[in-house]
Formats: sequence, C-alpha cells, structure tokens
Amino acid sequence: MSTITYIEAITKGLREEMQRDESVFCLGEDIGEYGGAFKVTKGFIKEFGEERVVDTILAETAIVGVSIGAAIMGLRPVAEMQFADFISNGWNQLVNMGAKTHYRWGAAVPMVIRLPSGGGLHAGPFHSQNPEAWFFHVPGLKLVAPSTPYDAKGLIKSAVRDNNPVLYFEHKYLYRHVKGEVPDDDYTIPIGKAEIKRVGKDITLITYGSMVQFSLEAAENVTKLGVEVEVLDLRSLLPFDKEMILESVKKTNRAMIVHEATLTGGIGGEISACITQDAFEYLDAPVKRVASIDTPVPYSPPLEAYFMPNTEKITKALRELAEY
Amino acid sequence: MVEIAEAKKRSTNRKPKAKKTKLSRKQLTDLYYYMVLNRALDDRVTSLYKQGKFQGGAFVSRGQEATSVGSAYALEEGDVIGPMIRNSGAILVRGVPPREFLANYLGKKTGPTQGKDGNSHFGDLKRNIFAPVSMLGVLIPVCAGAALAFKMKKQPNVALTWIGDGGASIGDFHEGLNFAAVMKLPFVLILENNGYAYSTPTSKQSLVEDFVIRAQGYGIPGEIVDGNDVLAVYEVTKRAVERARKGGGATLIEAKTFRMKGHAEHDDAFYVPKKIIEYWQKRDPIINYEKYLLKEKVLSKKELTDIQSSVAKEMDEAQKFAEESPLPEAKEAAEGLYAS
Ligand SMILES: Cc1ncc(C[n+]2csc(CCOP(=O)(O)OP(=O)(O)O)c2C)c(N)n1
Repeated sequence: MSTITYIEAITKGLREEMQRDESVFCLGEDIGEYGGAFKVTKGFIKEFGEERVVDTILAETAIVGVSIGAAIMGLRPVAEMQFADFISNGWNQLVNMGAKTHYRWGAAVPMVIRLPSGGGLHAGPFHSQNPEAWFFHVPGLKLVAPSTPYDAKGLIKSAVRDNNPVLYFEHKYLYRHVKGEVPDDDYTIPIGKAEIKRVGKDITLITYGSMVQFSLEAAENVTKLGVEVEVLDLRSLLPFDKEMILESVKKTNRAMIVHEATLTGGIGGEISACITQDAFEYLDAPVKRVASIDTPVPYSPPLEAYFMPNTEKITKALRELAEY
Repeated sequence: MVEIAEAKKRSTNRKPKAKKTKLSRKQLTDLYYYMVLNRALDDRVTSLYKQGKFQGGAFVSRGQEATSVGSAYALEEGDVIGPMIRNSGAILVRGVPPREFLANYLGKKTGPTQGKDGNSHFGDLKRNIFAPVSMLGVLIPVCAGAALAFKMKKQPNVALTWIGDGGASIGDFHEGLNFAAVMKLPFVLILENNGYAYSTPTSKQSLVEDFVIRAQGYGIPGEIVDGNDVLAVYEVTKRAVERARKGGGATLIEAKTFRMKGHAEHDDAFYVPKKIIEYWQKRDPIINYEKYLLKEKVLSKKELTDIQSSVAKEMDEAQKFAEESPLPEAKEAAEGLYAS
C-alpha cells in the first residue's frame, strides 16, 4: 500500500498491465520521450521500448482507427488523447467502426482511449471539456470515470483487460489534487459497478469523476441540518449501475445527480429518467440535477467558476431537495 | 508548379538576400516594427506567465516572427486571415493592439473574447480575422469557405491561413486544401515547418522532407521559402496572393523556420539538441533583418533603437491596461451563446 496521487495511480496501473501482458501497448502524441503532455507515460519508452510506446503523428483519426485495427488483430492498444477535447477528431472511427464492429461481425475490439478531461484549470473552451455524453449515446462503447487514485488504478486495469472499446475519462483537476492509498498489488474494479462513497438515509446523490469530492463535502455540510446524504460514485458511466441507484433511491426517497459536464443532454438526464420510470412511487421529490451551465467552458477564472458546479452550489441544491 | 530543386535553392535559411526590393522605406520599416512588436509581446506574455498573472498556457513564436509578419503584410485589408497560435505577428499586422492581446491572456473583460477564451485565441470580425480553435487544421476548410464566399460574391479577396508541420498530419489539411484546389479558390496555405510539433520532430511527422511536394498531389503551385527571411516571405506570399486574386486558385507555401522555445512556457524543450538551437540562433529573423536594414542603409542604428524603445513603451502601456482592466463578472459566463 502506498499513498499516491491520482495521476500516479493511472501510471502505476498502466505500467503493471504492460508488464503483465505483452499485447498491451500505448500510442499517442508526445507519449514517448516527453512522457505525454501530463507525463502519465514518463519513462515508459525506456522500460518498454519504441515498439510498445508509440509516438504517433498528430492525427487523432489515425490514432483511433489504428487502435481499432490493432485491437481486432488481438493487440491491446491504450491510446492517449492529449486532451479529451481532441477525441472529436476521432469521432467517425470510434462511433462507426469501433463501436459497431463486434455487433456486426463478431470481432472483438479490446482497446482503451485515455481522455484527460475536465475544467477548473482555466484552460479554456478546447482543453476543459467533459465529452462523456457525446459517447454515452453510442451503443458498443464502455465509459469509465474514476474519482480516486484507488479507482483510477483498478479501472485502468479493467479497461485494458476488457474486450471492448473503453473510454477512460481521467480528470485533469484530480491528477495532482487528489491523493489516496493504493495497493501495490494487482486488483481490478469491475466495469459497470458503482460504489457508495458515503452512506446516508435521506438523499441519494449520484455523481462521478471530479464531482465526487465536492459532493462529499456538500454532504458533510448538510449534516448540520440533520440531512444524511448517500453519495454514490458511478465510476462506470456506460453501462452504469442502475441496480445500485434504484436500491439507494428506494431507501432514501430523494435523488440528485451531479456532474461537471453541461446540463442539457448530459448523463444526468438519463439517470433521472431511469429513476422516474422505475422508482417513481418511492420518490418524495422530483429528481434534481446539478451540472455546468449550457455554454462552452469559459477561460477567465470568474466565468469558469460560475460555469461549473462546486461544493457551495451542491450544498444549496441538497438543502433545497431536503426541504422540498 | 515550382520544381522542388529550384524551390529549395530559394530557401537559404540565411540572412536576407541584399537584393533590390520594391518595398518602400516605410514598408521596410513597418516590417521591422511588427517583428520587434511581435517579440516584445511574446516576451511580455512570458513574463506575465512567470509572475503567475494568468494560469492558461503561454504560447510564443520566437524565431517565427518573419513568417507571420511577412505573410500578413502581403495582404490587403479585405482579405481574411486565420491565424494559428504562433501567428500573433500576423494579428498585430492587421492592427489588433497589443493591449487587447494581453487583456485576453489575463482573462479580462477588455480582451477580444471578454474572458471567454485565452491566449491569442480570438477573432476580430472588423479586421477579417477568423479565430482559431485548438483543434489543429480546423481553419483550413473554414478559410477555404471564406475563399469560396469571395469567389461567389465576385470579391477580389483572398483567404490565408497557417498550419504547422504537426498540424499538417490532420485530415482537415487534405480535405480543405483539396477543396480549395479543385474549386480554384483564392486561398493560400502557409505551412510553417518549424522543426517540432510539441516534442515530436518533423522527421517523425512525415517522411517527406519538403512538405511542399504535396502541392503536386493537389495540382496547385507550391513554393518553399526561408521562413526566417521576412522579405522572402513577403514576396512569396505576395506572388501567391496576386495569383489568387486573378483567379489562379490556391497555393501551398512551405516556410522553413524554427520554434526557438518549447511548445509553451511550461515546456523547456529538453528534447531539442543544443546544436540545432545554436544553428537557428544564428538565423534569428530579427537580428538578420537588422543587419540588412543597416547594410542597405534603410535605417540607422539610432532609428532601430528608437523603434525598439517605442515598442517597449507601447508594451508597458499595454501591460498596464491589461492588468488594470476588470475581470468579467461571473454571470457573463451565461451570455452570448446565440447570435440574436
Ligand atoms: C487536433 C489536435 N490534436 C492535438 C493538439 C495538441 N497540440 C497543440 S499544438 C501541438 C503541436 C503542434 O505542432 P505544429 O502543428 O507543428 O505547430 P507548432 O506548435 O510547431 O507551431 C499539439 C500536439 C491540437 N491542438 N489539435
């Protein structure tokens, strides 16, 4: 067991997978000698060589398409998008080729795309997006979004071992802002399973990624009002753990969804619909959503702060929901 | 199609040839002023970044001033430009004041994006400047679209944009340039081959040494130019632009230059061999142009220094303006999504 940062946990998980399985290889822009824009793969090229740490040309369509081809041939590519935002360039390959391959002709596509995403670092509209909902609507993909170092290592391993295209959303704000205990040995976190990060009986707060920490703080804030919030960290977005959500909501009778991605068309809408459809008679209040406002991610600090959810906004929403 | 060998001969990567230019003294002075302004602006961005005055990335174009300034200077007011991150020189030539640049870097309300975006990521409709997005290559089809509009409206204007040796690997490069070629659009693409794309050397980006040979594949003229020679860049661009204005279609220009710093201020460029840096240091576009101006007796030493100090003053004023400008109000984040 060691206490490490979120980004170190990703590196650790990835390195262990590369050591364990010769068919795992990394590819992406500047991931070799430079170690990637965020240094996740620093030192990998020395350890694993140029063949397994492939510094690519600047072309996301090619990176995604090549990963798909190599995966069909039985390799296990882990592609890095320098910033999650640039996955928009790989859209056609991912959505029309990668996601539909197994369904159409039975070939497995065991690949991972790592997506450094999210805001809070004043990186502007093209380096701060949370594009998970773009892909949430694409059957055939799997989406995961760890919130802690422990989950980050366990989920990267599961993603690598999965036989489908897995989008691994790693949050840039969490990289160096979050530390935690991570076992040195091998373990995985099953894709599709959520985790209760805090037990409560009054409200179920469903969240993931960067918003888990803020949600836990907000949950703590409302204990003063005698409100006990259950914080459920989805960890997997597609498929997501519907069972655990419904079970928790049936216990608490109130539900709230928090995500950093913008509100309209976000994942929260789908989760809300599931709850309303399958647990309507248990609800004491309408399902509430907290998310970023429906604009691009602005650059200037006051604008970005206004754009994004934070502990204060979540606390306020919890209070409103409790009082409904 | 200019033959490659001939094109290569033109690329000296040395100080400007002391040959007769048709440019007036005023124009030659302008070119110097804008290059000095470009560098001073970059240096100011670096120092503000190092002082922690803003947190976004700081992208500068040291060593590439001649390419941005020389090419933009060859255009007319009504022409459209689509600058990339290292073309702040071109934006300056179009008349955007440095104070607006710095305000944008600092996320201030007085910047062209009013805090919505950072660095040089802005457009200016009244000056026909299209704002870039971070996704490299996106502006190539978009500027081809501007060129298409000129053609449809029978306006004698040209659209010009830039791309790096890295960005040239993007699919949009092919689609946009081929579109412009086939439609014979008044479009100029300047490929700034500056040795590195982030940490990736050009040799790992493409197997061809001269990107200009791609022009052949599209059936359009292609020319190589010494990107550190502001007069050469001006001339080659002027040629392409005039051809485009007359209905001669698109041109690909490859400017050979070098990125004298890391990708951004957070990158110390440890991956660049010292020898290469030294080689290019001797070819600094500003220093070499100074030598030319002195040798040709266009400007005296004193006049050069005067320009430098007036630029320094301009930059102090710009910084003061940017720092004293207010930040936007938080709720402005929600405004301006749709055009009315
Ligand atoms: C489509 C896309 N992928 C990745 C990036 C991240 N990125 C920004 S600049 C850069 C290198 C660009 O190199 P080049 O095009 O040669 O221009 P230079 O920076 O050398 O001027 C990279 C990889 C990006 N902006 N756009």
